[in-house]
Amino acid sequence: MWTIIHKMGSPPWFFRFSGTLVRWLLPITIALLLVGAVWGLLVAPPDFRQGNSYRIIYIHVPAAVVALAGYYVMALAGAVSLIWRIKMADITMRAAAPVGAVLTAIALVTGAIWGKPTWGAWWVWDARITSMLILFFLYLGVVALFEAYENKTAAARACAVLSLVGTVNIPIIYKSVDWWYSLHQPASLKLTGESAIDSSMLYPLLLMILAFYCLFALTVLLNMRAELVWAHRESSWLKQLAGGA
Amino acid sequence: MLPDSPLLSLHAAFTRQFVRHMRSLMASPADVANPLLFFFMVVTLFPLGLGPDPDRLATIAPGILWVVALLASLMVSAKLFASDFEDGSLEQLALAPYPLAVLVLAEVAAHWLTTGFLLALVSPLFAIMLGLPEQGLSTLVASLLFGTLCLTLIGAVGSALTVSIRRGGLLLSLLIIPLNVPVLIFGTTAVTEAVIGGNPESWLALLAGLALGSLALTPLAIGAALRVSLDS
Repeated sequence: MWTIIHKMGSPPWFFRFSGTLVRWLLPITIALLLVGAVWGLLVAPPDFRQGNSYRIIYIHVPAAVVALAGYYVMALAGAVSLIWRIKMADITMRAAAPVGAVLTAIALVTGAIWGKPTWGAWWVWDARITSMLILFFLYLGVVALFEAYENKTAAARACAVLSLVGTVNIPIIYKSVDWWYSLHQPASLKLTGESAIDSSMLYPLLLMILAFYCLFALTVLLNMRAELVWAHRESSWLKQLAGGA
Repeated sequence: MLPDSPLLSLHAAFTRQFVRHMRSLMASPADVANPLLFFFMVVTLFPLGLGPDPDRLATIAPGILWVVALLASLMVSAKLFASDFEDGSLEQLALAPYPLAVLVLAEVAAHWLTTGFLLALVSPLFAIMLGLPEQGLSTLVASLLFGTLCLTLIGAVGSALTVSIRRGGLLLSLLIIPLNVPVLIFGTTAVTEAVIGGNPESWLALLAGLALGSLALTPLAIGAALRVSLDS
């Protein structure tokens, strides 16, 4: 157990291990995305009220789900880096932040595009949209804080503190925005309503969520590898690897 | 700073730190008055921007007062640790044989007493100017007392994270505003409930809970963040 953790902390080992992982993850992700997209966009039946416009959930929902999970991944990596000072955890956190921010932005933009035909407005101050917007700000804060520090070791620790504070706060923010929305009772706009989603629509959705998780992992891994190459551009193991290839 | 051994007890160190900060804050009354003046002026902007219709102002007064309080607290937290960082006394604090979180809490407490606490006390004045119905006044003060404590503590985390960064002011607002959303929601809702004759107690209780929770947890984050800033 401990040897594995020690190995994880060693950049050359991680570089080789993540290389193998990426080789497997890349085809799996592409296959899942293709199958999920074709199933969701072409095969699944149209919604009886929203017609075909509901199909955007196959992008919107996975992006939103993984964006939230991404924050926890980032915070967890931050905690590991704060407690055990593991360099790879710093790099994980640093690599996850922009990916999460982009996923949140995708969820917001697709939400706006979906809102136009469904609600007749690009932007509605709905509870879920508002929480998503705040999550976007939280991600931007971490990215901006990292960029602001010149000393990148300090930057990683500062971001770790910030993302941990954010993690404690996220459930409170979500709950408070929920209450705020239900108190103000605007015209009864419901996203999907209480009615359960039919399994013919649900299965492709679950598949797309899985595909987005893989995509997130893949992007973070590639980001980390790029980061590692840059950080160790002078070191011998990398030169050896590059020379051997 | 610590004249003679044996070591002071933690309690005495806390008190000494608190008194030192109160003294230095009281030494410049203008700095204490500035946030209140800011509050006053921004409140004035709203009738100018929205028109003087008393009914409309009264409806949105809780929101205005709370948003302005949030902005005022944001403005003052930018400077919370700045002078201590520059003159090296933070470095001394970090070396002191006491938990940094406790010493920092003394500083934040002094800061809150001269900003948020005062702001809550004078807020009825501005509320009356905006035409907030009288039954909302006591809830406004109570919500601001708890709320500004949260805002100050969260602001101190942001301030500790950005104190070593040049031009950290804008960054600070990006870090802090999303974290302050629950405080704003609970605060405005409590006041609105009191105005319409509803039940503000549960919202005040939530705010108080939030304040106590931040009181327990944020000093640890502030201490860790200050150590990062000192190392960088």
